[in-house]
Amino acid sequence: MNSFLNLLINIASTPAILVALIAVLGLGLQRKPIADVVRGGIKTFVGFLVVTSGAGVIENSLTPFSEMFKVAFNMHGVVPNNEAIVAVALTKFGTYTALIMLAGMAFNILIARVTRFKYIYLTGHATLYMSCMTAVILSTTGMSSVEMVLFGGLAVGLANTIFPALAQPYTKQITQSDSVALGHTGDLGYALSGLVGKYFGNKEKSTEDIDFPKSLAFLRDSTVSITLTMGIVYVIVAFFAGNHYITKNLSEGTNYMVYAVQQAGIFAAGVFIILAGVRLILAEIVPAFKGISERLVPNAIPALDCPIVFPYAPNAVLIGFLSSFVGGLISLVVMIATGMTVIIPGVVPHFFCGATAGVYGNATGGVKGAVFGSFIQGIVISFMPILLMPVLGDLGFEGSTFSDTDYGAVGIFLGNLAHSFGRIAVIVGIVAVLILLLVLTALKKAQASSISE
Amino acid sequence: MKIAAVCGSGLGSSFMIEMNIQTILKELGREDIEVAHYDLGSASPELADVFFVGQDLADSAYHLGRVVVLKSIIDLDELGEKVRGIVTEES
Repeated sequence: MNSFLNLLINIASTPAILVALIAVLGLGLQRKPIADVVRGGIKTFVGFLVVTSGAGVIENSLTPFSEMFKVAFNMHGVVPNNEAIVAVALTKFGTYTALIMLAGMAFNILIARVTRFKYIYLTGHATLYMSCMTAVILSTTGMSSVEMVLFGGLAVGLANTIFPALAQPYTKQITQSDSVALGHTGDLGYALSGLVGKYFGNKEKSTEDIDFPKSLAFLRDSTVSITLTMGIVYVIVAFFAGNHYITKNLSEGTNYMVYAVQQAGIFAAGVFIILAGVRLILAEIVPAFKGISERLVPNAIPALDCPIVFPYAPNAVLIGFLSSFVGGLISLVVMIATGMTVIIPGVVPHFFCGATAGVYGNATGGVKGAVFGSFIQGIVISFMPILLMPVLGDLGFEGSTFSDTDYGAVGIFLGNLAHSFGRIAVIVGIVAVLILLLVLTALKKAQASSISE
Repeated sequence: MKIAAVCGSGLGSSFMIEMNIQTILKELGREDIEVAHYDLGSASPELADVFFVGQDLADSAYHLGRVVVLKSIIDLDELGEKVRGIVTEES
């Protein structure tokens, strides 16, 4: 009997099997044929193992990078990349991530059902990454397993409702309807950009009136953009670390420039592998979540990934990316000058978050709004990781970290509660946010009924 | 026949388009048609017969062969019309 119990515990604590079981559960609830259930379960199982293998590849490339950076500049350098940090964290926190994600999706449906915030967050990878970060932070508080899954799930469910709601006033201006929301982990930055545009721009002068070359569109291909920027970053760092140090300590004799380019390629390869695995994991879980939420929440508004707004303002996409990246570069200079931990501007967060911020800034403030809104977004995502890393425990020093604004907001909120006041404060904080949403719903209802009377 | 949706990272938008195409195919009673989603880097012509992309990616996707460009990737009417066009053309 005891060995049987042991087996069950082993199954539940092997994250690859656990996520596969979640997929099987979702497929079963949709009454899919047995063949589909088996296929979905196996693909999710393998997908998880693919992600964790990608983590190994990324670590192989980031470890020498950190060493080179230290030798070259005598400072700590960090590359913000969600895929990299999540994959590394999943090797240790996989089980809790999977359970928190499952609970988070359930809470998202429940909150959408009972409050006036009807957002269903369908961007599966963002939910996965957010759950992973939550698992990391809560694990430092000494919570019991049940508490971690319950309150971690509640935190993710709340975040997935609140962030689309924050951006919604501006999302409505972009899409001209209230039928879709933005569910991406930069929502706070987009709302900020919309706000900046409102006060510092003129929406009559839209970015879309400019005749703009589309030659930067190839950066949308993440393998190309990651290899290019990481190549440049690695070559610069290797140059300052010097051929002598690298051939002696890291590359086993290979020329330092060749080594740098190869390492950049390995980093991009790692991200490629991780993305392939994430796709396998989500392929079965997201449709199940969508199907279940459609049945349980009437008038639900799906919150979708950021490129949904790109077609509304293609010029703002490029302007947003460039000014966000400039914001990142200026922040880099400030960090070097003040001797802080150096956050290297990653092209992926600046592309997706910067571009989206550009579209939001343009909707409220035209060209000026797009430029300033995404520039400020770029500065925010550069400095936020510095505040976030200390609360991530051991994971704060992996050479990579979470980049987008919403990770920063959630992480800094939960992490600082955990660090300063411990487990009870985290629970109180999460529940307080839930109560706030319920109060806002009750107020709206009271308002609506007083108008109708 | 196989249809694929493509976006920059192959995670969110293309996945959403895939799910919407599946819903439309179900309404048409053509669940035999396979649907998948890819990122721009991994998508290649032999992976599917028709590729759906958003307007903003139109210039980067021409190498895929038969590409359907969506003016708005959240407009279900537009998607439905274009999927129906492909299905009738094929049969």
